[in-house]
Amino acid sequence: MASRHGRAYRGFFRLLESVGVKDARARWERKSPFLQRAVPPLAIAAVVLVLVLPFRTPDPAAIVFLAIVYALYIMPPRWRKWALPATVLTIAVLYPFLVQQLDYQRFLFEIPIFNTFPTIDTMAVMAIYAMMAVGLNIVVGYAGLLDLGYVAFYALGAYTAAWLASPHASQFHINGKPIDLNIGGVGVTEGLGGIHISIWIVLLAAAIVTAVGGILIGLPTLRLRGDYLAIVTLGFGEIIAEVAKNGDSITLGFNLTGGPPGINPLDPPGWGTWLADHLGLPANYLEKSGQYVNFVTLVYWSGLVLLLLTIFCSLRMRDSRLGRAWIAIREDEVAAAAMGIPLMRTKTWAYASGAFFGGVAGAWFGSFKQGVFPDDFYFQISIFILCMVILGGMGNVWGVVAGAAFLTYLNQEGLSSVSTWFNDKVLPCDPNTADPAKVISGGCVNAPLVSFGIYGLIIVLVMLFRPEGLIPERRRKLEFETGVHDEPLMDLRHAPES
Amino acid sequence: MSELLLETIALRKEFGGLVAVDDVDFTIPRGSIISLIGPNGAGKTTFFNMLTGVYKPTAGRVVFDGEDIGGKPPHAATERGIGRTFQNIRLFEQMTATENVLVGMHCRLKGRMVPSIFGFPGVRREERAARERARELLAYCDLAGHEDDYARNLSYGDQRRLEVARALATQPKLLLLDEPTAGMNPQETLEFVDFVFKLRDDEDLTILLIEHDMKLVMGVSDRITVLEYGAKIAEGQAQEVQSDPRVIEAYLGKAAVS
Repeated sequence: MASRHGRAYRGFFRLLESVGVKDARARWERKSPFLQRAVPPLAIAAVVLVLVLPFRTPDPAAIVFLAIVYALYIMPPRWRKWALPATVLTIAVLYPFLVQQLDYQRFLFEIPIFNTFPTIDTMAVMAIYAMMAVGLNIVVGYAGLLDLGYVAFYALGAYTAAWLASPHASQFHINGKPIDLNIGGVGVTEGLGGIHISIWIVLLAAAIVTAVGGILIGLPTLRLRGDYLAIVTLGFGEIIAEVAKNGDSITLGFNLTGGPPGINPLDPPGWGTWLADHLGLPANYLEKSGQYVNFVTLVYWSGLVLLLLTIFCSLRMRDSRLGRAWIAIREDEVAAAAMGIPLMRTKTWAYASGAFFGGVAGAWFGSFKQGVFPDDFYFQISIFILCMVILGGMGNVWGVVAGAAFLTYLNQEGLSSVSTWFNDKVLPCDPNTADPAKVISGGCVNAPLVSFGIYGLIIVLVMLFRPEGLIPERRRKLEFETGVHDEPLMDLRHAPES
Repeated sequence: MSELLLETIALRKEFGGLVAVDDVDFTIPRGSIISLIGPNGAGKTTFFNMLTGVYKPTAGRVVFDGEDIGGKPPHAATERGIGRTFQNIRLFEQMTATENVLVGMHCRLKGRMVPSIFGFPGVRREERAARERARELLAYCDLAGHEDDYARNLSYGDQRRLEVARALATQPKLLLLDEPTAGMNPQETLEFVDFVFKLRDDEDLTILLIEHDMKLVMGVSDRITVLEYGAKIAEGQAQEVQSDPRVIEAYLGKAAVS
């Protein structure tokens, strides 16, 4: 029992006993387990409240939030298993109503240091990044294939969406007439021509195109192992980005990607007039402009649904025959092959599945931004997504989603919020002398300028103090707790090699 | 159906200038227990790796069940019915015993990706049956009660038996055991020998045993083949091989013969 408790716990009871409470610890530990779990948080909360009350009145919203957390903490694990996801999902769905309040304080509180909660724009981007992180997790976390070029799939998905839902194709002619095709496209300007297909079909098409792209890239590269694979995938990531940048009429003779300016406008997401009339779904997301339910809210909600689908597929794949094969390959390729697992085919499936979700995320991102620009698909994104996977806990879908949410938040607004807080409260900052192009000037910091350095630092710290990630997969946890399995140079346990 | 389950014809493997396996002709009749022995570095494991597809033969053929499988990848050999264990245990350590066995069933299951994701009844039925079969196999290999233990947490002898269970899950016709008793004490070795007999009789298996230790194979094998420097130097019943001067020389040195 004693070993389960930390130093603070033991110290607290030693303190009690030294001031005269006899046998405090033994008596406490005889109480019911529920009481032992339920009382300490309340006691701590009471102490904090007493300390804080003289300085400021606590936010009612913060108290409601803590009460929810407390309720989740004390309920039996059997309930928590369902209540925790249900609560998170409910908050995620209702989030636009909470964060877009005019009187913010009634529903949300200020977070220390980070100041405000993420805006709905950030949340919409978060869903996209989380989707990609879950996709990359299939490749890196399940199958153990280090992929440094995941951005290629993101780009491929976005460009597929651009080809299938923009006026781009109108420059090509069939039978002397410019291409003009509209299958459920929304927000199409009359007379522009081009291909306009409903975004929901485009998402699927982009996913399939990207998965095929994944197979094509995978076939030559997946013969390689470890470091070599990482280098080659990195190369492919760069190739796709360069093709996007240079794929205009000057180099290719015809205009594939629009070159540096990219392709825009892309059609916004929407369900089209028929579904709008019959099911009440929004016909065109751009046309919504309420206080709560507006374009970004709709994009966020749809992104959330796509993310949930991605998570669902990812979990089901993990528990299937194929998922077991991926994990077996990650653990020991030679043994996996000897058990009848075709290595190439199984790895290619992992690659294609990962690419599939990257493609969905890319297409959705393009539709959200209503355009694709080659500068959105640079190498750092691959690393950024990999960081999310590592930070959250390789192999664990929930960890990866949490990692993606946290890093996206930092990237979108967290870092600048934190710098602002430091500049206001800690540093001798004078905004008049500060140079916005410098990281440190006039006593102020401008952290967003070195964002990737900060993510690198976060990863280094995670690797030092919690190498298995924030929410580790149970297998990985085992690995990090009991040592890493590797090819032994010489296995002393066994007879010598014959 | 031919009498021979496996036949190698002039099988040869060279690593650069080194001839690791030198034109070995070798046969395994159905239902027998055959042993392949030899001193350290005799090329036993290389030979073994060619049977299982890990190495591509330099020359020669491996005919299994009437089909040439030489140079085919390992999973192809497994699909056709060659199951194996490893000399230095290679379990999937971070997977449970049941999961290890389920991986072994990989090539006998059909569950495709899309049906698995949406949980079609066919896939679910298959998965349930596979888990049931895995539990039976574990019980058969004396691992009942360890179903949900991680492979790395099992004791050494249990890990050995789990490797056999995993190999049996591939539904082999021929089971290759690579030094299965390495690191076992005499008592465990005796139990293992009984287990090998039981396997052959219950499962209708043909077994190829690779051993470093001569004493063990004498008792179990229908026939023993001795390799030295990659070449076959003797073949026959235990007594014949035991008294063959070339074998004694290989194991004990020239002085022992005279």
